[in-house]
Amino acid sequence: MSDGGEADASAVQSGGHGAGEAYPPEVTPELVEEHGLNEREWELLLEALGREPTFAELGVFSAMWSEHCGYQHTRPLLADLPTEGPQVIQGPGENAGVVDAGEGWGVAFKIESHNHPSAVEPYQGAATGVGGILRDVFTMGARPVAVFDSLRFGSLDSPRSRYLLDGVVRGVGDYGNCVGVPTLGGETVFDPIYERNPLVNVMCVGFLPKERLIRGEAEGVGNAVMAVGARTGRDGIHGATFASEELDEESDSRPQVQVGDPFTEKLLLEASLELIERDLLVGIQDMGAAGLTSSATEMAARSGTGVEIDIDRVPTREPGMTPYEILLSESQERMLVVARPGREEEVREVLDRWELEAATIGRVTDDGRFRVLNAGETVVDIPVEPLVDGCPTYVRDGVESGEVRERRERDLSPYLDPGSDREAEDALLEILDSPSVASRRWIYDQYDTSVQTRTVAGPGGDAAVIRLADTRRAVAATVDGNGRYVYLHPRRGAQIAVAEAARNLACVGARPLGITNCLNFGNPEGEAVYHQLEQAVAGLGEACRALDTPVTGGNASLYNETPAGPIYPTPSVGMVGVMDDLADAVPQGFRGSGDDVWLAGTTRDEIGASEYLSACHGVVAGPPPSLDLEEASRLVDFLLAAAGANLVISAHDCSDGGLAVALAESALSARDGPHGVRCVVSGGEELSPAAALFGESQSRVVLSADPDDGPGLRRIADEHGVPLARIGQVGEPGGRLRLSAAGRDLDIAMREIRDVYESALPRRMEDQAGLTT
Amino acid sequence: MKFGIVRFPGSNSDLDCHRAVTEGLGARAEYLWHREHDLQGADVILLPGGFSYGDYLRAGAIARFSPIMREVVDFAERGGPVLGICNGFQVLCEARLLPGALARNEGLRFQSRHVHVRVETAETPFTSAYGEGEILRLPIANGEGRYVADETTLDRIEGEDRVVIRYVDEDGGRSDEANPNGSARDIAGVCSAERNVVGVMPHPERASLPYLGSTDGLGFLESVLTRTAGAA
Repeated sequence: MSDGGEADASAVQSGGHGAGEAYPPEVTPELVEEHGLNEREWELLLEALGREPTFAELGVFSAMWSEHCGYQHTRPLLADLPTEGPQVIQGPGENAGVVDAGEGWGVAFKIESHNHPSAVEPYQGAATGVGGILRDVFTMGARPVAVFDSLRFGSLDSPRSRYLLDGVVRGVGDYGNCVGVPTLGGETVFDPIYERNPLVNVMCVGFLPKERLIRGEAEGVGNAVMAVGARTGRDGIHGATFASEELDEESDSRPQVQVGDPFTEKLLLEASLELIERDLLVGIQDMGAAGLTSSATEMAARSGTGVEIDIDRVPTREPGMTPYEILLSESQERMLVVARPGREEEVREVLDRWELEAATIGRVTDDGRFRVLNAGETVVDIPVEPLVDGCPTYVRDGVESGEVRERRERDLSPYLDPGSDREAEDALLEILDSPSVASRRWIYDQYDTSVQTRTVAGPGGDAAVIRLADTRRAVAATVDGNGRYVYLHPRRGAQIAVAEAARNLACVGARPLGITNCLNFGNPEGEAVYHQLEQAVAGLGEACRALDTPVTGGNASLYNETPAGPIYPTPSVGMVGVMDDLADAVPQGFRGSGDDVWLAGTTRDEIGASEYLSACHGVVAGPPPSLDLEEASRLVDFLLAAAGANLVISAHDCSDGGLAVALAESALSARDGPHGVRCVVSGGEELSPAAALFGESQSRVVLSADPDDGPGLRRIADEHGVPLARIGQVGEPGGRLRLSAAGRDLDIAMREIRDVYESALPRRMEDQAGLTT
Repeated sequence: MKFGIVRFPGSNSDLDCHRAVTEGLGARAEYLWHREHDLQGADVILLPGGFSYGDYLRAGAIARFSPIMREVVDFAERGGPVLGICNGFQVLCEARLLPGALARNEGLRFQSRHVHVRVETAETPFTSAYGEGEILRLPIANGEGRYVADETTLDRIEGEDRVVIRYVDEDGGRSDEANPNGSARDIAGVCSAERNVVGVMPHPERASLPYLGSTDGLGFLESVLTRTAGAA
């Protein structure tokens, strides 16, 4: 909030300026400022309208021209992203993107942020984040089949971060579990930079028969516009504007946080899919951010039509709501649909069967205007086009912060060698104890992962694998993004997020198809943050082009800053891929004793921006590892060819914590319990011990294979130009992890590794067990 | 042979039951809407998991008043086989077709993972395909899965061999660690005095196809198929 955040919030929430005051209030310069419109935006508004706005119109413009809805800063940058490809059925601009998974099936997917609501009210903030993204997917005609959460919190040493983690995990779990959509993966990273501004991004993946795809369109003059689902209440008014402001010390804007009802969502999901299946609708859209206003105007804009709403006919939860409140309410579990001619009654019957309401609240018109009537009086009359597409955009000059440059260029030589074998062992255990690396079991044990009977591989691996409808195919999905990398090198960091996601999919045997992204950044009005944004978006585009994973949608969450400063720039990349036969899915864990362990890719002398530096030395510095996009693409092709030839028993991406952590994780997740592993990495004399053990060089994967398949594996690696080295063997059940590299020899009992890895989160969270929300 | 799968508003494992019956078992399945008064000739009734009516009062508490449940109670009283899974188990307890109740998990958190259970009796229509003492690996996914009953009831159902499955470790041993939610006497499933109504907290239907990592649950459905086929 620019200044006087509390005043801002209260003025906007009440919407009617209190019961005692006259509605509508006079539109004064102060009121305009409270609505977050600057001088230029005010001028554009007057130009669009040709007169001064009413109070309700001011609210409508304020919401639609917020960053959250209008993408003021990101729109010009996003224009350069690749969005097309033969696999893309629906690109950006709809409720969710859709890619082709084969056999007549599309995969709808989208990621969205719910950062600010979750900072204020973690349980409801996260729960409604899940609800919103589920609706984005089922409005496309797709049944949601999986949820993924990408979370950032401050250090778990802080009670507030523990409270936030606890509430967010309960919120995600309770909502998804109740609706019956499994939560199958994600990422959770802890860093003090997110202490007051946690990130809660949620991705939903859904399946639809391709011919059932439906869009958010308001076609057909005279067609009925209907509100279906929950009634409209006073909650969440102006959430979109709230999401586009900074959080200040006093941010306790609970009335702007919506309350979710997963039971109603489940009914709305089934009812919506039935409406679509029976072909009763022309278009459908979630009443999400900016509620009725954005859904009605965006649907009209897509179709080049207008919409007229009779505000008295909107079912409300309480009497006396003003047009302003009804137009901007973000009450959850509501949809706006346009019925096919003559099918209104059938729409009502379907909703009734699911014990929900459907009310005709308006009509599609041909005049390109968004008109709202209140008791016969016109209270809003705005041309749709400038409202939806005329949002002023900003292109600024980004300048890298000197502090970031200094950090990136810092001398890392004091950290190149842990010191002794013993200290190297301690360093590995310390990294495995880092909540950002350790087992996430404490989290995903609270998520239903088996509902819908599609889960081929759930959380804990490189990517989740989900059976595609009733076919033999499977869809794999993952979310990746390393804020520390992006902070220290925005362009490369963003490229790495895409490359890592593709590598994760390839590890399980899935061919990447496309991405959705959530851009979590600070206030873009500052030159340093703008630089991060501009560079990161460029990096995303480059990587998506190289890996043939077009962008199908996403959202931007800017203004993630507190008085302590901005968060790390944190793009979350959600990627989906497909495999022909679910039986060919490759697990992360070793199979059994005697299998060969291989390392694909090249280890370079890189420790910058690593988890090792952060966890063991408290240092955030150095450049993130180098990335050659062509090499990344070859590695993906190699993995898919090797998996397709059934030569791979297990595969695991080398990422946070490097080779040592990847080996430990594959050994821990062996299918019959932890196995020992013995590896010697030779030929790396030019490597420092820290880089050989814990460096995060990109495009590397730990594989295991039957010894008989070694020659075949090597041949495929050669064909793809991927370096491949046999580095050791899987040992006995129980056993020890033995790893020799760059002159350091690690030898740790797997039991100790497991205890550290599994206890890291529960140990820090156990005193939270009684916390209720 | 037809399975009737009851759908309450908020049921979410109905699809899982359908898939297990049709694809896992190769039998027919029909959904039965909660407002209906007719079981449509189903030979077996499944009450699936989920959050019937949102579970807002108490898990399963509202569902028992639905029209379809009147039919299910009649069906059960005539000796028809009824299996309640997770929320379905809660509904059966609320409907007094099964003794005891399901309370909030010890630890107060939703629990989702695979557990091991031991088949304690093969003398029910849903466990006759198993050997007594057989260890199964099944998923659980619940927030209110802690089986509770007074001591007299517990003694009675144990005395009548009505504990159907019990939480154990992978070797079949009982321990606090193997009991995921603090259920009384490690009870994961029970049956009615006439043995035709069975309620289980774990999800056998989600362990019914090879790609799900376990097919141990298929026996629940195979049991009733064999039995009904034999009777016919």
